Amino acid sequence: MKNKPKKSIMKAARVIRSKNSGPYELTLDIMFKERRGYELFKKKKLITARQIAALYGVDKSDVLKIIYFEPSQAIKITLRRKVPSGTPGDTDIYGAQQHAPLLNIKF
Amino acid sequence: MEKRKKLPPFKILSTTAILGYGFPLSSFKKGLSKKPDLIAADAGSTDPGPYYLGSGKSFTNRTAVKRDLRLMIKAGVEGHIPVVIGSAGGSGARPHLDWCLEIVREIALEEKLHFKLGIVQADVKKEIVLKALKEGKISPLSFVPPLTRKVVEESENIVAQMGVEPFIRLLKAGAEVIVAGRSYDPAVFAALPIWRGYNPGLALHLGKILECAAIAATPGSGSDCAFGTLQEDSFILEALSAERKFTPESAAAHTLYEKSDPYHLPGPGGSLDLTGCKFEDIGQGRVRVTGSKFVPSDGYWLKLEGVRLAGYRSISVAGVRDPIMIEKIDEILQAVEVRVRDILGKDSKGSRLYFHVYGKNGVMGELEPVKKTKSHELGIVIEVIGPTQVEADAVLALTRSVLLHYGYEGRIATAGNLAFPFSPSDVTMGKVYEFSIYHLMEVSDPAFFPVRIEKL
Repeated sequence: MKNKPKKSIMKAARVIRSKNSGPYELTLDIMFKERRGYELFKKKKLITARQIAALYGVDKSDVLKIIYFEPSQAIKITLRRKVPSGTPGDTDIYGAQQHAPLLNIKF
Repeated sequence: MEKRKKLPPFKILSTTAILGYGFPLSSFKKGLSKKPDLIAADAGSTDPGPYYLGSGKSFTNRTAVKRDLRLMIKAGVEGHIPVVIGSAGGSGARPHLDWCLEIVREIALEEKLHFKLGIVQADVKKEIVLKALKEGKISPLSFVPPLTRKVVEESENIVAQMGVEPFIRLLKAGAEVIVAGRSYDPAVFAALPIWRGYNPGLALHLGKILECAAIAATPGSGSDCAFGTLQEDSFILEALSAERKFTPESAAAHTLYEKSDPYHLPGPGGSLDLTGCKFEDIGQGRVRVTGSKFVPSDGYWLKLEGVRLAGYRSISVAGVRDPIMIEKIDEILQAVEVRVRDILGKDSKGSRLYFHVYGKNGVMGELEPVKKTKSHELGIVIEVIGPTQVEADAVLALTRSVLLHYGYEGRIATAGNLAFPFSPSDVTMGKVYEFSIYHLMEVSDPAFFPVRIEKL
């Protein structure tokens, strides 16, 4: 076999979390255990707007930005909130439990 | 940096992440022993949602806020150290500010303290917002709909996040304790040092970290103090209890928290540029930060926050254990809504009905990628938001009873579909607010917020 079996992102990440960035945005952080993991994800562009959109079942245009933050060896992804925080129909006022789909990322 | 006379280290004691979240007395005393030039805390956040701004209530507890304030004000006034509080009462509108000021006056009376109390209001009159809207001086933030006249008119308690300027104005006037309405979080920490000539980039970045107090240390805590020392070319962070320390990782990681871009942090009048920032371990649990820059923006923009009434809420909580019902839950809930709307006719027209189905997609709603639940039981929160409480209560009561006895296809448990944990099963929740204004407004005078001094 040419390709090695893929590993879960949880092997490489130390923190995977979600939170509001203001009432209209949801921001997702992936912090890596080691520089190596971070560099690999960064170099190979393993996180893309298209993939995030697919994981969350949203439009690509709902993915505002993906930023690589060197000082924390972290990737930050910001999404449009489907419903602004606290607006009728919201399910997570703080946006603190919206990270789980990221746990399915493999590399 | 331009040459001028060397500034001494400027020391800041940040007591707690949000006024009312508390701090250990030992950490506070250790902070005081380092002779701080400023004691400050931020009291606000939009995180708990729009309700608090709309209702004029604080999301923090009065007793807890009074405890924190008493320690801070007593130490500050007796030790001649300015005490600065921002975003009073959590949301920082007039009712929140008044709530906090009442606590401050009580403390002054009880502790027999006399001082000059500086007060800043953050409320922005609708006429001002409408005028700015007309002049094209309002701009929405990402994903926020453009502002309209109608939305401004429907909004309540519009506030703007103030920058350092109103604080500086009050400090110049001799205020010893300052309590301000809605403020840009770092402003309470950065105002005094910026006035004294320290680098605004470093002062604001230090403020950005100190506003969360020990959350940026490791292990993090929102209920412990943090200490910052600002110098000409850097600042130093340290924790005040033996159980935690600052590390370059913890300080840098904090920059990610609740922000969409950790390199560029916009605020009143400009943004912090952290692209050249370095976090360096200098031993004993301390971190030195260099390279933070403040880049003034074209024009001075303030962030406005406002909410409007969305209706009145009633809820009911129940559980489902029947596997046949769980299998068909989506179609059952849909059919129940159709039945309710059919029975109530126009009486249900203005009401919105939501089923929060825990065990299925209660947490993520539409974003939930797992479409088929594997859970053997479901928790359902029936939520109705109506134009009046009476209508919300009526729709909820009918939805609850229709769902309880709904005869779905294949049903074998014919006595009732829901397990209610409580009697009464229905809860009246009252007013529901939603964010309506989250826009930038350009102003000509950064200190346009009304300030006053009260002698206690």
